[in-house]
Amino acid sequence: MSTMAATRKPAQRSASSAGADYAQAPVNASLAPAEKIRLLREMVRIRHFEERSLKAYNEGAIAGFLHLYIGQEAVAVGSMSVLGKNDHVITAYRDHGHALMAGMGMDECMAELYGKATGCSKGKGGSMHFFAPDKNYWGGHGIVGGQTPLGLGIAFYLKYKGLQGCCLCYLGDGAVNQGAFHESLNLASLWNIPVVYIIENNLYSMGTSLERSSAFTECLAKRAEGYAMDWDVCGGSDLYEVRAHTAKAVQRAHQESRPAILEIQTYRYRGHSVADSKHEKGYRTKEEIEEYKRTRDPIQSFKSRLLAEGVLSEDQYAEIDKAAKSEAAAAAKFAEDSPYPTPESIQEDVYWETDHGRTSEGRIFFNDEL
Amino acid sequence: MKTLTYREALREGLSEEIERDENVVIIGEEVAQYDGAYKVTEGMWKKYGDKRIIDAPISEAGFIGLGIGASMLGLRPVMELMFYSFAYVAWDQMINNASSVRYMSGGKINCPIVIRGPANGGTGVGATHSHTPENAIANVPGLKVVCPATAYDAKGLIKAAIRDNDPVYFMENTLLYGETGEIPEEDYIVPIGKADVKREGSDLTIVSHGRCVLMALKAAELLQAEHDLSVEVVDLRSIRPLDEETILASVRKTHRALVVEENKPFCGVGAQISHLIQSQAFDDLDAPVKRLSAIDAPAIYSVPLEKVQIPNVDRIIRAALSVG
Repeated sequence: MSTMAATRKPAQRSASSAGADYAQAPVNASLAPAEKIRLLREMVRIRHFEERSLKAYNEGAIAGFLHLYIGQEAVAVGSMSVLGKNDHVITAYRDHGHALMAGMGMDECMAELYGKATGCSKGKGGSMHFFAPDKNYWGGHGIVGGQTPLGLGIAFYLKYKGLQGCCLCYLGDGAVNQGAFHESLNLASLWNIPVVYIIENNLYSMGTSLERSSAFTECLAKRAEGYAMDWDVCGGSDLYEVRAHTAKAVQRAHQESRPAILEIQTYRYRGHSVADSKHEKGYRTKEEIEEYKRTRDPIQSFKSRLLAEGVLSEDQYAEIDKAAKSEAAAAAKFAEDSPYPTPESIQEDVYWETDHGRTSEGRIFFNDEL
Repeated sequence: MKTLTYREALREGLSEEIERDENVVIIGEEVAQYDGAYKVTEGMWKKYGDKRIIDAPISEAGFIGLGIGASMLGLRPVMELMFYSFAYVAWDQMINNASSVRYMSGGKINCPIVIRGPANGGTGVGATHSHTPENAIANVPGLKVVCPATAYDAKGLIKAAIRDNDPVYFMENTLLYGETGEIPEEDYIVPIGKADVKREGSDLTIVSHGRCVLMALKAAELLQAEHDLSVEVVDLRSIRPLDEETILASVRKTHRALVVEENKPFCGVGAQISHLIQSQAFDDLDAPVKRLSAIDAPAIYSVPLEKVQIPNVDRIIRAALSVG
């Protein structure tokens, strides 16, 4: 474990990625056909889960916020697919894709959206708060940028314990301006903490475009240079590209315990959240959205790749698509049929102590009567 | 028994827990090479090294969020706020993350952190350095708040806090660090959630926490000597969880209550205590519960005025005599 005071190499930017064929990158060339199909399936599953939850939201079955990942699937699937057993993940509130890729089930996630007791957080968290510590997945966080010190802490733990691992901490283009992120970058670089900050740049922070939110216009990741930290930028619609760039950052984290920022250019087809009424005719145009759907859809892109490689057939794809759609529909049914939490459960899961046979004395909850 | 200062007692408690559990780390500004801004961690970096005693750059949201994140996986960080007034820089992490991550995950995660530091005024450091946020923190379900007034309680409570699997926010006081007290030679814990009757009496109950307890004790002596008033002083020690039974037992005995706090009045800790007493011991009261809080303005700089703004012995005596 390198000491806190180890000297740092100057920050570096990776070589230009334009025109590179990422299928040949070692991390991709070594993928077995079955694994390639699995990755495609993960993206398709995310797409159908999101579509089905949108339908449920519009029917009134889901309350609060719903921040859909539609269009960004290759980012979560690609980047998380290069992780090992000591690598961990944390993200913000557009978290359904990361949750499913981590191995959480559609049933428990959909039930959580419905606010049911069978939800992954017993109905207590909602859309922005899916967690699966047993799968190295730490949520699901609502305050923009609030997860960036947490991700740093997860990586700090790994280093403290002498584990060769890293934490992928995702954030959006809007979060890069939050102060806590900058504090985290400084600490990560100063203390050689193996955290990889992945900026999912989908060009809009709710209704505010990049031009209107970020003073430095070249790119977002380059801010890393202000912290003597390595950085990189890549496209997010080619799964192979995402894998190749993430693998490099993860390897650096594992071998040198150095952090990095990886900015991945992506796009969301839906609004910031489902309640966002201006996303097609306010801050961006329908034409722009259609253009991305037509030319840069991550699922279509990878599907074409695999068809061209001879690893996938149209029939197989149709099967994958159909199965994912059914799985999502079944999850909605499971959620509908599940019970709500009981009033008695409102005060469970507040303190570790009260959930494990209270040993301390004194009053810990203060309602006069319930 | 041995005599230690409050800061030495804290240091002993911190050291014992560092030696007992390899997951305990101390993180804060100037805690390591500077020996601590208030010398609480003096000598610890020399003894335990870089890995266990960590100097952080001035970035409370960053290093406290780091500690909270690491605690989710099982680290037990004890993070120092040089002044608890700096908590607001890290407020999102301390309130939104530390308290809610367990609930929002449906109980899958816990954050066994301790955040400790001096939460007090009375030192002429001005409005932004003199906060006592225990009342605001105690409003948040998922958090625990303790406030030791003596060296004995400080050592016992810091050990209990570190061993606790929930976030414990630990309020110290720069004006108490040098106060001495008797500490047992053998190992001991002060349980969280237990108040302490620091002085027995029969005519009036004073409920207090932090440095106000010491002033209440001085006032009690004078009230006995000069006014023949027998005052019982209850030291809360723990704000959340709160030892309601000890408070109520005392009021049932004396029938009169005065709550003394360094908090400002609106929703100060005293408001909760007052509500408790009137709702649970109404028939035992011979007079309304009286509260003495800090005078309701930002902490004034001018030294003699600050001594008046914070409850002092004279104000406590006058308040005690005015209870119905």
